[in-house]
Amino acid sequence: MNVEAKETMNVEAGQKIKFYQTGTLTVGNRLLDEDLRTVQASEERSNAITSGHRACQGCGEALGARYALDAAMRAANGKIIAVNATGCLEVFSTPYPETSWTLPWLHSLFGNAASVASGVAAALRRLGKADIRVVAQGGDGGTTDIGFACLSGMFERNDDVLYLCYDNQGYMNTGVQRSSATPPTARTATTPAVGTAPGNIFGTGKDVPRIAMAHGIPYVATASVADLHDLERKVTNAMQVRGARYIHILVPCPLGWGTVTNATIRVARLATESGLFPLFEAEHGEIVASSPIRRAVPVEDYLKIQSRFAHLFRPTRDDAHLAALQAIADKNIQRYNLLRNDHGNDARKEAA
Amino acid sequence: MKTPIQLTPPKGPVELTLPKARQIEGSRAIAEAVGLCRPQVICAYPITPQTHIVEELSAMVKTGELMDCEFINVESEFAALSVAIGASAAGARAYTATSSQGLLYMAEAVYNASGMQLPIVMTLGNRAIGAPINIWNDHSDAMALRDAGWVLLFAETNQEAIDLHLQAFRLAEELSTPVMVCVDGFILTHAYEEVELPTPEAVDRWLPKFQPRQVLDPAEPITMGALVGPESFSEVRYLAHRKQLRALERIPELSAEFNATFGRNSGGILRTYKTEGAETIVLAMGSINGTIEDAIDELRRNGHAIGAVILTTFRPFPYASVAAALKNASQAIVVEKSLTAGMGGPLAADVTLALANTSTPVYSVIAGLGGRPIPQASLESIFERARDRELPETTFLDLHWDAVNQAITKELSWTPHT
Repeated sequence: MNVEAKETMNVEAGQKIKFYQTGTLTVGNRLLDEDLRTVQASEERSNAITSGHRACQGCGEALGARYALDAAMRAANGKIIAVNATGCLEVFSTPYPETSWTLPWLHSLFGNAASVASGVAAALRRLGKADIRVVAQGGDGGTTDIGFACLSGMFERNDDVLYLCYDNQGYMNTGVQRSSATPPTARTATTPAVGTAPGNIFGTGKDVPRIAMAHGIPYVATASVADLHDLERKVTNAMQVRGARYIHILVPCPLGWGTVTNATIRVARLATESGLFPLFEAEHGEIVASSPIRRAVPVEDYLKIQSRFAHLFRPTRDDAHLAALQAIADKNIQRYNLLRNDHGNDARKEAA
Repeated sequence: MKTPIQLTPPKGPVELTLPKARQIEGSRAIAEAVGLCRPQVICAYPITPQTHIVEELSAMVKTGELMDCEFINVESEFAALSVAIGASAAGARAYTATSSQGLLYMAEAVYNASGMQLPIVMTLGNRAIGAPINIWNDHSDAMALRDAGWVLLFAETNQEAIDLHLQAFRLAEELSTPVMVCVDGFILTHAYEEVELPTPEAVDRWLPKFQPRQVLDPAEPITMGALVGPESFSEVRYLAHRKQLRALERIPELSAEFNATFGRNSGGILRTYKTEGAETIVLAMGSINGTIEDAIDELRRNGHAIGAVILTTFRPFPYASVAAALKNASQAIVVEKSLTAGMGGPLAADVTLALANTSTPVYSVIAGLGGRPIPQASLESIFERARDRELPETTFLDLHWDAVNQAITKELSWTPHT
């Protein structure tokens, strides 16, 4: 079965709507009850980041940031202050004297976004403006590497900040170098595909969503630009609670991953369907929901459309490393119970 | 304040009044001065010797002595100043304190705060920088970040440390620039001295409510910290320079206004001590000036025409004021607790530049590194040698030459393994 139906109700019409997993779910969007449509489907969306920025064609981060921030703005009645780490998102959105941001936005340094956001939140609390909410955002380098100490400090203090990590699995802004979020075997400028063990080394890297959970903070989730309904829903969920919250969003980078620019959503979906990027939610350190894989695929399907993994297939097939990567996916599938015959704790289903 | 033990019961009605002056630790005095300025966000990370300041402030916030203030314990100095940056950008009066390695650990944020013109006030409890690790006082930390675009003020006494903090918040917020108040670690931070703290009402009149130049506000969204390319970067840097030059004009005005308000001559660019008719003038920053003044008194009694310049404002550097203060001297001696290895004394270099259009020689005396005591007798001996034209261009005060020579011999005898 290569197309699986997802059902929900048009509340007013009392009619079952089927989402076909063919893209961004926009097919079903306009048939939905208004409350169930995406924030982006509303003409009242805030356009936190406007068009005209300098992101590359097919940039997953620009897409993820727009959906995430507009959802946060809707949840906070437009009262959002964003703090940004140094990185692509900062560079492509604010070449002085231009800016793409229609919300108050502050960039300080590469490694301190979480701390700066803590300071903004403290000031708002003290100034009696706690209705204004704070979102911090950074790439995987600014989050899992150089900003990790500040992130952990913000978590353990349970500061009232929603931190969004846009994970494109490397330092793409500086020319595609390895980060601690780069997957094993991936080729980057600092893990070249040469030698007997080409690409990034096995047994390295860190799983920051699980480390975030270990802080016992109120809300942790993973999300993907392949399911923008789900991304918006998770941001909305996160905005319902106070305290430290973390959403780790997979945002493919055509430049760094070596994919064609119209494959961003497809490659993000394959990351999830292969089990390499599980989608889940956790509250106070416990997993409360995960998104089941609707159409399971071998990791190979995900890897072979990215030139950063080309050395696994050419000139000879590297069966040992392909099996090792499949084992990572299998472990995720088991850990998060991803191959089960239901549709998960999905708000769309619950609403129906 | 602790209630004094009463040995005999008072007879008749007793009028209770707070003593005008109190004998308290320097850190406590600074904490109370900061508290009087009503900061709204304080972030703290412990490092000797500034720790007592934030300890006192944490207690003041917890007991309610300091109201309407968030006290945040962070995980590093880098985070401490970053929290202050966020708080300041969101419109709160923000304060932190650090020393030594802590200042270096936050170095990137130090430049960021001044680049974004955020009026944060930070106390620097001056301490040496390792390696070798050393927790005692010198000025290496301030010197390492002297060109980060902050106003740097040096206190001579704990009373001046109090007064400089009151002036620092005014200056920072009037000009929208960060200010660092440097106080000698241990010598001032841990010393119990008699000080006077003004009343809250007087400070409220002195320091108006914080009105940020720019603030993060959803009602009027702005972008702060944008990427600035070659077409505008020079202009941004020039404006930062201009603002520092404006600070140089404003600092003496504020000092005069402070004097008129509180009746104390504190702060300003520099002060002179017995420079009238002085052939030799000694210039220094911070608490060492007390010893220098004593040495000058002694030498003056013996007929030596010597005086001192106490430099309070180190950045922006007051070239014109330093040149004017030294213009009648036939020689200048700069005593400083810092050394740029391979160059010499950084303060002496600045003073030399200030005197570039004169023939006045500048002698550099490197003293008190890593907390080495600076005895009055050693200073007097140096000043006498200068009078007798026997002082070399650079002197390392009380250097143990035997230890130095031993290390040099060992180094010279080293050969690589074959």
